[in-house]
Amino acid sequence: MAQSSVAVSGGPFGTMDKALLLKIHALMVRARVLEERCIKMGRTGEGYFWIGGPGEEAFNVSLGLQVKKGQGPRYDYLNLHYRNSATLLAMGAATIDSIRQMRTVATDPYTKGRNFVNHYCVPEWNVVPVTSTIETQYSSAIGTAIANARTPGDAVTIVTGGDGGTAEGDFHSCLVWANRPVLPLPILIIVVNNHYAISVPEATQHGEKKISDWGKVFGMAAKTIDGNDVAESYAAIQEALAYCRKERKPYLLEAVCSRLHGHSSASGANRVNEPDCIAIFEEKLAAQGIAKKEDFDKVWTQALAEVDAAHQQVKKEPYPAPDTIWDGVYFESLPSSYPRKGGS
Amino acid sequence: MANMVQAIRLALHYGEENLGVKEIFGEDVGPPLGGVFTATQGLRTAWNSPLDERGIVGAAMGLAWAGFRPVAEIQFVDYIFNVIDLLKLAANATWTSGGRYKTPMVVMTPTGSGIHGSIYHSHSFDSIATKLHGMKVVCPSTPLDAYGLMISAIKDDNPVLFLKPKALLRVKGEELIPGEPSDEKELRSMIDAPIGDRSQWKPRWPDVKEYAIPIGQGKISKPGADATVVTHGRLAPVALEVAKAFAAAGTGDVEVVDMRSLVPYDWELIKSSIKKTGRVLFLNEETEITNFGEHLFRRTVDELFYDLKVRPRLLCGKATPGIGLSPVLEYAIVPQKTDVERALRELLDEPA
Ligand SMILES: Cc1ncc(C[n+]2csc(CCOP(=O)(O)OP(=O)(O)O)c2C)c(N)n1
Repeated sequence: MAQSSVAVSGGPFGTMDKALLLKIHALMVRARVLEERCIKMGRTGEGYFWIGGPGEEAFNVSLGLQVKKGQGPRYDYLNLHYRNSATLLAMGAATIDSIRQMRTVATDPYTKGRNFVNHYCVPEWNVVPVTSTIETQYSSAIGTAIANARTPGDAVTIVTGGDGGTAEGDFHSCLVWANRPVLPLPILIIVVNNHYAISVPEATQHGEKKISDWGKVFGMAAKTIDGNDVAESYAAIQEALAYCRKERKPYLLEAVCSRLHGHSSASGANRVNEPDCIAIFEEKLAAQGIAKKEDFDKVWTQALAEVDAAHQQVKKEPYPAPDTIWDGVYFESLPSSYPRKGGS
Repeated sequence: MANMVQAIRLALHYGEENLGVKEIFGEDVGPPLGGVFTATQGLRTAWNSPLDERGIVGAAMGLAWAGFRPVAEIQFVDYIFNVIDLLKLAANATWTSGGRYKTPMVVMTPTGSGIHGSIYHSHSFDSIATKLHGMKVVCPSTPLDAYGLMISAIKDDNPVLFLKPKALLRVKGEELIPGEPSDEKELRSMIDAPIGDRSQWKPRWPDVKEYAIPIGQGKISKPGADATVVTHGRLAPVALEVAKAFAAAGTGDVEVVDMRSLVPYDWELIKSSIKKTGRVLFLNEETEITNFGEHLFRRTVDELFYDLKVRPRLLCGKATPGIGLSPVLEYAIVPQKTDVERALRELLDEPA
């Protein structure tokens, strides 16, 4: 597809140029196709539990493209949850690596076959280990944000999680620590609100009118946006990151997104009838004359071919050897007298 | 000689100046107090955190992943229970990341009984701490060991839980820390903050030297041929006192093994002592059900059964929901010197 960097001035995309829009579209599609493949692998017994981010691509790609990527406190830290596949792809991750993690093979670069899919870990990009424990990333984000705050430059910490998890203490710890008068933290606190915590509707448990209203208590910058909309997401993230980078202060951003395959494979991971950010985006791109149906078809076909090839490759890769269980108990190797028998 | 809090303070000072420690924090850790037991008084990089243990441990984890070497304090081990999941994450991050992330952080916290602390200032945490696999757990019983273990803990690339026995924090050592002035009054005048207004006070640090005790290395604090007692923390000096009294009275030659590190632990040292004496008492103040000493006990039975002359013993806390304030209750729940005497007497007296 021909790409140009001509700005599409005005209209629904503001100052975003065509090349950027098409890049976002391609990343969203790759992320979707990848997640759909992982769901399928779970169903056919090629993998186990699936949890991921279909429905969050508009927001997550917009986020990944604006990360200051690198290692160490001069770069952004990412304390993510398990729905950020599109963020990782936008940062440059390979689709094959998620397939590896789904199949629990030894080549899984994130966890060596030890953890669920979408539990990434990339030290080179400051992506700290994703964990299943809801909301604990809002506590570790305090630490990476202190590291950013202590380091000259404009790097910030980004933390993401769901609406349900905001009831946990870690969310409130994060708000309190981010707003300490002695050391405000440069941290973009993101809550992706899909209106559910597994089966429990947000409206039945949360009296807050908006989650971003928590920002009012601290007089901090905060906003709620439509996370299904690319332009709105991209602009809001741009504004929030610019604020955190310059002011060295926190920003609370709530993005309302769809949850297109339910919570996880535990509830079947079937497609549900909620607004689809990719369909919405394609409609707008077409309406603005930026791309046509045939262009979109090409992108989908290409993504499918990429994921197919990756999947075939991963099928040939070995599972981890049993004795690798002792690797990484400590950073250095284990002392010889460490008990290893599992009993008598 | 320095007491244990002074020793820890000196080690943290050494860490600030030489080992890259830039963040020492927790509740009341910064000025003016410098920690409820004063372990962080006068330190250049010590600061007060909100009253939030989850935030404290979370901050330490994030800082560790960012390559800092934070030292965080939980004010009393009794208040660590609401961060067990975070400690577990700190402990498993290297493993779950396939060995790619280091988590160089120290969490220090006063532990155990002996200060009439009642239900929430007397707890031990050994058994739970030693189940957070990937975490190292140390517990010194002398100021010099505290100094050397803190330096190793700071340098370690794994999370280290540094248990400070409350009852021993003010006990003076019998060995000088390298670089410590020999006159303890002088040391006090240099590094202890004055009572009252201390806003203008600054410590004068002695030029202490590097002295690292490898984590995982126990010590024999008294050699003996007739029986072994394996212990740590508050009960180590108690066991030593009893062993010395038995030796002086000629009623038994007890070897005292001070573990110093609970995980990884010095199995070779424990094993060789038990092989020599054939009699062993495991001694700690944690409660009885699923006690850490039970693991050592089981391993002894598995690996050293035919070296034993008599059945091994465990002396530990009673499995009550708490430790009562009245000394009668505390002493009935947690092993005291007379209990140690009795247990060692029985161990020595049982016919082989
Ligand atoms: C501390 C903790 N409690 C419970 C769970 C089980 N659990 C997994 S996901 C989830 C719901 C999370 O909802 P939300 O925060 O809204 O995020 P979403 O999954 O909708 O993105 C629960 C309860 C968990 N993983 N961790």
